[in-house]
Amino acid sequence: MSEAPLPEIDRLAKRYGERQAVRGVSFALWPGEVLAIVGESGSGKTTLLNMIAGRVAPDAGAVRFRSAAGAVVDLAALPEADLRRLVRREIGFVHQNPRDGLRLSVSAGANIGEPIMAAGARHYGSIRRAAAAWLERVEIDPARLDDLPATFSGGMQQRLQIARALVTEPRLVLMDEPTGGLDVSVQARLLDLLRRLVADLGISVVLVTHDLGVARLLAHRLMVMQQGQVVESGVTDQVLDDPHHPYTQLLVSSVLAA
Amino acid sequence: MSDTLPILEVEGLAKSFTLHAQGVRLAVLDGIDLVLRPGECVVLDAPSGHGKSTLLRALYGNYRSDRGRILIRHRGDMVDMASASPRLLLEIRRETIGYVSQFLRVIPRVPTLDIVAEPLASRGLAPIEARRRAAELLTALALPERLWRLAPATFSGGEQQRVNIARALIAAHPLLLLDEPTASLDTENAGRVLALLAERRDAGTAMVGIFHDPEARRSIATRLFPLPERTLAA
Repeated sequence: MSEAPLPEIDRLAKRYGERQAVRGVSFALWPGEVLAIVGESGSGKTTLLNMIAGRVAPDAGAVRFRSAAGAVVDLAALPEADLRRLVRREIGFVHQNPRDGLRLSVSAGANIGEPIMAAGARHYGSIRRAAAAWLERVEIDPARLDDLPATFSGGMQQRLQIARALVTEPRLVLMDEPTGGLDVSVQARLLDLLRRLVADLGISVVLVTHDLGVARLLAHRLMVMQQGQVVESGVTDQVLDDPHHPYTQLLVSSVLAA
Repeated sequence: MSDTLPILEVEGLAKSFTLHAQGVRLAVLDGIDLVLRPGECVVLDAPSGHGKSTLLRALYGNYRSDRGRILIRHRGDMVDMASASPRLLLEIRRETIGYVSQFLRVIPRVPTLDIVAEPLASRGLAPIEARRRAAELLTALALPERLWRLAPATFSGGEQQRVNIARALIAAHPLLLLDEPTASLDTENAGRVLALLAERRDAGTAMVGIFHDPEARRSIATRLFPLPERTLAA
């Protein structure tokens, strides 16, 4: 219990026109913890994720981020250039659709190599070796290094996107329905992979999902959102096995048991 | 054993369930007091529906209690599970309280040996050492070695339950919560599990358990704990 939280979200709020998308959401996450956010479409989960990612500016509240040097910055108050630098170094983002997180016109190796180069690496051979090592880590044959992502299956593309997001070893990874469009068997493999990577790297993860089964297997903690607010939160199994809020009870009781 | 410090002190624990859709409140537990010391095995003694599993789940923090305290000796101090933050609760589960449920719930396709080794690996033990300890336990529980590399999804109920037990025992938590660990096992395997548990108990592990089989109770319980009949409130 010695380290500091990363990030610390403090009363974040966002309004789109008449609609209050996110109302005063706060939480602190610690390295190695996976927090799942569940809730119906329009509950504000993706807006919240985008604010934490520095992609959407909040109307109020703070996203406190402790730099490796120990200084605490508020993402919401950073100048644009500093924000972009911090996000590139410290925050990985995994989209539901791998096509949103990959560059389809360049090879698998380049997809992994680009973030390393953006972080300052210049030696071609070592970048290529790092890319091959990450392909193996996400269970893709390194012989596919020079292939275009379009020739990969959906599950492989998603694993490639994860490699691209994690290769610079960000300390916070945000995932928006990472197993959403995948077959169940492919999902299981991805869940296992994600869990091992999170444990090995000791990163903080915020995971938006509508799949309570995914939340149970992957997340330590769970937050339930409805109409922009957190209606219930706790250790994942607490919230799923002993839901208190009427909306959470509805959500849990609506799941079909396989 | 009365001179050793308690590892668990439950004071005035109450638990009810409010089912919003049905508009009912079920009061399951009220005024539960229980003190447990190292080396004790308390078996919950009550008919079905009196809240034995509910109490066990409340002690693990799986169910959130309405009132009362659940003090656990964790890293030398008594901490209240009932009001612990998620982060502290997860730490207590990693280090201090183990739980054997009736069902194995794991990520599909992960090999048995890794499932059993995971609690040790998550504490930072080297994977090779964690797997070695997992193999020892699976051997003690007589799970055939040819199954270790397979995911347990296709195993029989008794095989899955032994994987579950091995996973719960590997981290050597000082407090174990046991929800019918021998229910789906044949006599021979139940005997193996009970012998292993008795060994742990005699080495100082404290336990709270649910055992319906009279033979199992006799061999493992140091004391019975009766639960009063539950009340249905409006």
